[in-house]
Amino acid sequence: MSTQESYVTEDGRTIGPTVMEMKNITLRFGGVKAITDISFDIREGEIRAIIGPNGAGKSSMLNVISGFYVPQEGEVWYKGKKRPPMKPYQVAQQGIARTFQNIALFEGMSVLDNVMTGRLRQMNAGLLSQALWKGKAEKEEVENREFVEKIIDFLEIQAIRKTPVGRLPYGLKKRVELARALAAEPSILLLDEPMAGMNVEEKEDMSRFILDMNDEFGTTIALIEHDMGVVMDLSDRVVVMDYGKKIGDGTPDEVRNNQEVIDAYLGVAHD
Amino acid sequence: MAQSSQATGGLASIPALLQRNATLYAEKSAYREKEFGIWQTWTWAETEKEVEALALGLINLGVNEGDFIAIIGRNRPHFYFAMTAAQSVGAVPVPVYNDSAAEEMEYILGHCGARFAIVEDQEQVDKIIEIQEHLHQFEHMIYIDPRGMRKYDHHALHEYSHIQNQGRAAYDEFITDLKARREKLTYDDTCVMLYTSGTTGKPKGVVLSNRNVIESAKNSAEFDNLGAGEEILSYLPMAWVGDFIFSLGQAYWCGFCVNCPESADTMMTDLREIGPTYYFAPPRIFETQLTNVMIRMEDAGNFKRKMFHYFMAHAKKVGGKILDGKPVGAMDRLKYALGNALVYGPLKDTLGFGRVRVGYTAGEAIGPEIFEFYRSLGINLKQLYGQTEATVFITVQPDGEVRADTVGVPAPDVEIRIEDNGEIYYRSPGVFVEYYNNPESTASTKDAEGWVATGDAGFFEEETGHLRIIDRAKDVGKMADGSMFAPKYVENKLKFYPDILEAVLFGNGKEKCVAFINIDLTAVGNWAERNNVAYASYQELAGHPRVLESIQQHVEAVNESVAQDPMLSGCQIHRFLVLHKELDADDGEMTRTRKVRRVIVAEKFKDLVEGLYDGSTTVSTKTEVTYEDGRKGSISATLELRDAKVFPTASKVAAE
Repeated sequence: MSTQESYVTEDGRTIGPTVMEMKNITLRFGGVKAITDISFDIREGEIRAIIGPNGAGKSSMLNVISGFYVPQEGEVWYKGKKRPPMKPYQVAQQGIARTFQNIALFEGMSVLDNVMTGRLRQMNAGLLSQALWKGKAEKEEVENREFVEKIIDFLEIQAIRKTPVGRLPYGLKKRVELARALAAEPSILLLDEPMAGMNVEEKEDMSRFILDMNDEFGTTIALIEHDMGVVMDLSDRVVVMDYGKKIGDGTPDEVRNNQEVIDAYLGVAHD
Repeated sequence: MAQSSQATGGLASIPALLQRNATLYAEKSAYREKEFGIWQTWTWAETEKEVEALALGLINLGVNEGDFIAIIGRNRPHFYFAMTAAQSVGAVPVPVYNDSAAEEMEYILGHCGARFAIVEDQEQVDKIIEIQEHLHQFEHMIYIDPRGMRKYDHHALHEYSHIQNQGRAAYDEFITDLKARREKLTYDDTCVMLYTSGTTGKPKGVVLSNRNVIESAKNSAEFDNLGAGEEILSYLPMAWVGDFIFSLGQAYWCGFCVNCPESADTMMTDLREIGPTYYFAPPRIFETQLTNVMIRMEDAGNFKRKMFHYFMAHAKKVGGKILDGKPVGAMDRLKYALGNALVYGPLKDTLGFGRVRVGYTAGEAIGPEIFEFYRSLGINLKQLYGQTEATVFITVQPDGEVRADTVGVPAPDVEIRIEDNGEIYYRSPGVFVEYYNNPESTASTKDAEGWVATGDAGFFEEETGHLRIIDRAKDVGKMADGSMFAPKYVENKLKFYPDILEAVLFGNGKEKCVAFINIDLTAVGNWAERNNVAYASYQELAGHPRVLESIQQHVEAVNESVAQDPMLSGCQIHRFLVLHKELDADDGEMTRTRKVRRVIVAEKFKDLVEGLYDGSTTVSTKTEVTYEDGRKGSISATLELRDAKVFPTASKVAAE
């Protein structure tokens, strides 16, 4: 699988070879199997969606990718290497950033400071330099601020730059969280239900940002969503999960016509 | 009237002024824009280079003399450069409101036969692509922000910076041509074409010559002593004549600095950071700011709130007089100085008015209390009366003679006469050349001697010589009993209440007047929050009995005040309703400059008007609405129609 050729999509984006591969992942919590023997890959530059009804194991899957859960069975391959079990911060250091379903921002800090925390990985100045605000620390802060300002411009949140996050409405918080993840210059960006709880207009805005991010920065995006309509319009390929199992994998069209998927979504009695 | 460019030292065009400024003020800031959190600056010398590169690029692209170039976007230095670049190559810039729907743009671009458009971003590009097949002359589009457009077909679509690069690369090839075109420009050549929003019918293209623009800029700059040191914030639509005069005409004439906000939402923060010395805003902005201040003061601590109200009461008493240089007692002055240190100064600074030397409001009547509030703080806020056809200025208020209910004396070089029916006519060097491709309208507006009908009715106050505007001349009508019907007069009185956003009065040719009212969601929403009134939507809030009750009180208070005026007493509101939706330009109910289109509103809500006249107490209605993206939907509502108390006409002869 990892030797795939690059190809160009209909709308002119280049999709590269596989960057991450999940091989036969099984995740158990005690006796409960959250994920059963799932394999799929994520290719460079693509928008990959994981969908499924409530309780299908989507978030667990995302947490496996982000290193939060370590699966009992199976392997995670990243950039051609098998990934040993690691802590979430180590995964982050490898260039995998994420957003959370229930927003995890620093409420008392300004939007700018929140987004700046996304740059921590790029800041190496020592304690002394940081404390005295001289030399490396100062230079780094300026460079990182410049990068963060580009993201603020990109996500159109200039007007709230100095606003404490706690004062923002939900839709904007989601956008700030996205900004922070983007600030880390991730090679893979994981989005956990980026459109949950949004109205139609906010969903449209968010879709636009996701597409533009992918287009402008070439960011590989893996997202979880249960709004089928949105997913089908956005994604290049979709994995469908139901009861911890993979029941479909392919382009939105393929998935849409898959009988098992239709059953899972429209509801058929399970044996 | 035939001033030649001799008076302005041979500077007969905007590009000529740019050449002068690039030498005279070379290292001085000309344009600033906040981007990536920092104010980016262009000096006059740099501005000249930017404009030149773009102009060369435009020649390279095939722009001919006499072509029209549409300019669509929010206030950004690049668009101001584009205007001058267009003029430099002998083309005519046509700024278009950037929030116009695609069909509105189609009309304008089709009417002037624009071959080129310079637009901001993907949103505008998409709109033009949508209408392109109906525009036979249209050829090339240039955009500034490349985001999201990598995949577009770039045959006839170019990035602004690429055009400039091509221009720089082709310097040797085209510079002689550019210089020749630039030097050919005379005082009589077209400087800009601006489409009027038109409260009735299709927009008309107002052609303004270099003479119009430069003379108006010169006169108005001299009137207010504007110099190269001024700072302004440009945030009003570029398609509006005022922005063209302030941010281009006056800026080029005086050599002052034009600052562009980071985005529409950051305008208030940016205003504070820049602290303009010369400021312009429609009454709406002042109203919103005042409402915000009041709401925030309600949330402030007890001590602060008391201090605020104490000193504001004092400012109300003496602030205006001190500003006008009238005698005020030493004790009052001292107290005012204390207030300035504790309240007025910090407040002005927060609002971004700390340095304002000259401020103007125009376009609509401003509420006397709002006006006085700002003046009492020591902000020299004045009114002017103007039109696109006059290149803005008809009357202005000189320093020291400022009042809320008049619009001032004739501006320099402007002659005014009032016809028997009350309509105001004027003649000035700023009088427009013509309506493009519309000789009939030109002839019916401007006579052979250059007098222009404003369409407004008004009169000069005898003792002061100040002009007072009553209403649009065509809106002034007669009631069934022959008394005068002046809707705007009553509507303005209603709109001065913070919780009323818009009002529309009906009654021409009828026995009595009735009114539609729009509540102000910010003010009423805040009130609801404070009083534990739960509501889920605008519609629900607008129909809330307690809201209706308070609106009724306002209506009755207005009736009482209208009754004081024997001439207009017939305009008292007998019945009214609060509309279930906000009047909106997207639905065609208002113009883009937010003036109510009376006829369209009357037609659209016919059932409601009938209901008001036939005495029904409730009416169920369904209204079509257009969303921002052009999709349509509908909302239905059952509205309560209320009777309001009317008052007997006061017997004394009022000043009117």
